[in-house]
Amino acid sequence: MSRISLALGPLLFHWPADKAADFYAAVADEAPVERVYLGEAVCGRRLPRMRKTFEAAAERLARAGKEVVWTSLPMPATPGERRVQEGVLRNGDSLVEINDVSALMQMTPDRPFVAGPLLNIYNEAAAAELKARGCVRLCGNVELSLEALGAIHRGCPDLEIELFAFGRLPLALAGRCHHARLHNLHKDSCQFVCERDTDGLAVDTLEGRPFLALNGVQVMSHGVQLAAPPVEDFRKAGIVALRLSPQDLDMAEVARGFRDYCDGRLEGAALRARLEALNPPGEFVDGYPRGLAGWRSGAET
Amino acid sequence: MVELVCPAGSPAMLRAAVEAGADSVYCGLRDATNARNFPGLNFSPKELAESVEWAHARGAKVLVAVNTFARPGEIQLWRDAVDVVADCGAYAMICADLAVLAYARERHPGLRLHLSVQAAAGTPEALAFYAREYGVKRVVLPRVLTVEEIRGLADGAPVETEAFVYGGLCVMAEGRCALSSYAAGRSPNVAGVCSPPEAVTFSEEGGVLTTRLGGFALDRFEDGARAGYPTLCKGRFRAADELAYLFEDPVSLNAMGLLAGLREAGVTAVKVEGRQRGKAYVARVAGAFRKALDALERGEDAAPYERLLTDLAEGGRETTGAYKRGWR
Repeated sequence: MSRISLALGPLLFHWPADKAADFYAAVADEAPVERVYLGEAVCGRRLPRMRKTFEAAAERLARAGKEVVWTSLPMPATPGERRVQEGVLRNGDSLVEINDVSALMQMTPDRPFVAGPLLNIYNEAAAAELKARGCVRLCGNVELSLEALGAIHRGCPDLEIELFAFGRLPLALAGRCHHARLHNLHKDSCQFVCERDTDGLAVDTLEGRPFLALNGVQVMSHGVQLAAPPVEDFRKAGIVALRLSPQDLDMAEVARGFRDYCDGRLEGAALRARLEALNPPGEFVDGYPRGLAGWRSGAET
Repeated sequence: MVELVCPAGSPAMLRAAVEAGADSVYCGLRDATNARNFPGLNFSPKELAESVEWAHARGAKVLVAVNTFARPGEIQLWRDAVDVVADCGAYAMICADLAVLAYARERHPGLRLHLSVQAAAGTPEALAFYAREYGVKRVVLPRVLTVEEIRGLADGAPVETEAFVYGGLCVMAEGRCALSSYAAGRSPNVAGVCSPPEAVTFSEEGGVLTTRLGGFALDRFEDGARAGYPTLCKGRFRAADELAYLFEDPVSLNAMGLLAGLREAGVTAVKVEGRQRGKAYVARVAGAFRKALDALERGEDAAPYERLLTDLAEGGRETTGAYKRGWR
């Protein structure tokens, strides 16, 4: 029985450069993750501000023995953003993650890639189309249940499957920046107000119920995904890796918790209790993997 | 001449659209393969074949949407839909899923393929990919682009482009939005429906009407105020102590005033949303856009026709959406 590996997802929030640098240093030193996805996966405007930090982090992480996988933008909007993206995709032959179909034209042919969760790959035949073009791993779209991932796995058995197991769920992208709009700013002169909300900005219903979170042009769940069914369910669905998406809390401890859970030293409920102690920004949810509305939580039943 | 593409949720609506001046009509089969999978809507294979024949006799084209993403393990339903479209003689099939594109290209190489807005192809590279790999002939552009960006994209593109000009407005990038399934279990990508009716409730208390989706309150209306169908992204929410329509006001798209710009930008076709809206709606919208496009063709201004449709808009309010830079 092969060991389920852990991957740290790309930092979806726009953290000040120092904070991001410290974060990746701690990941390099302390977090038991095999792979780290690095790069901007939300907004092209953030990219120039973060590039040096990410490049330094890549070196640091590689020295610590982590596999660094560069990620790319989900909606490259301007010619400038597309050029930067092309730089990521054309340089080298190491594994990259793609989040937009444009990357398939920009990448060096035959370069191996990971299909990110923002691509619309919902079935085994679509997965096979990507596999024929060099895809080696699919991080399933967050809407996919374990059952659906299992069906993709059975139809496309050579493709590795990764599951978005921890963190606020990336639910939607827009051309407009809701975060800037809330501050009466335009996207093109946003003053990077999203930087202030290191876990995203909470959105409640008008009745005061926590619901969503703003993260620049992205809308996320308020709930924090915590997918921890019996580990055997992951294996049945062909899942070889779990993606832990960075939140502003002790991610090394999150990774240690998941390591213990994957290795059978910790039950799902105990993992939940351990992560609850880290004070996550929202209630834990796991509806999507169970084939339900995303906000649902197994703990409620 | 810019092609006017109008919606049809039924054979009667298709006829109404063509009679009012639509050059093309798009519709879907009565199952999960199309993105307006509402009860009582859409076409049986027989109705589709008859409608195609009826439209052809009047010089109109029929485009059939098989534009949801196939469920894993159930791809046959989508493949069957592709076969139906290929057999009925429709002008083109509108699709988004790589699984559907691949099957169509392999089995029905003669079938003209249009890329649905659900595929969210908004860069020259994405357009080129779908053209090269699947022979896609036309791309329906995501509603996140400005007219200027469309010009950049359409110029030299290996495909025709089609842009939405009227109707319901997705605030998020289509095909990139799971808000509906987060709250209510079903979404456009996985079920062909947004803010599904079975999860919507209207409850009145003390003269105040609250609309909810999956139990999450979306909006509240004081006595008498008209509550539209509750769509998640047009709800009122609280963030940073502000209660507001955070994503978008309850408005709908009307880009009639931008038709000349879109034509100059090189779009092949302009599209009206609303297969769920009925034949009276499509007759009026198609008629108004027909007049506007004909006026442009004669070198006249389309402005006189802009106000013809205001009463059809959600809450009577209209926007030009992402087409103007200020929207962002």
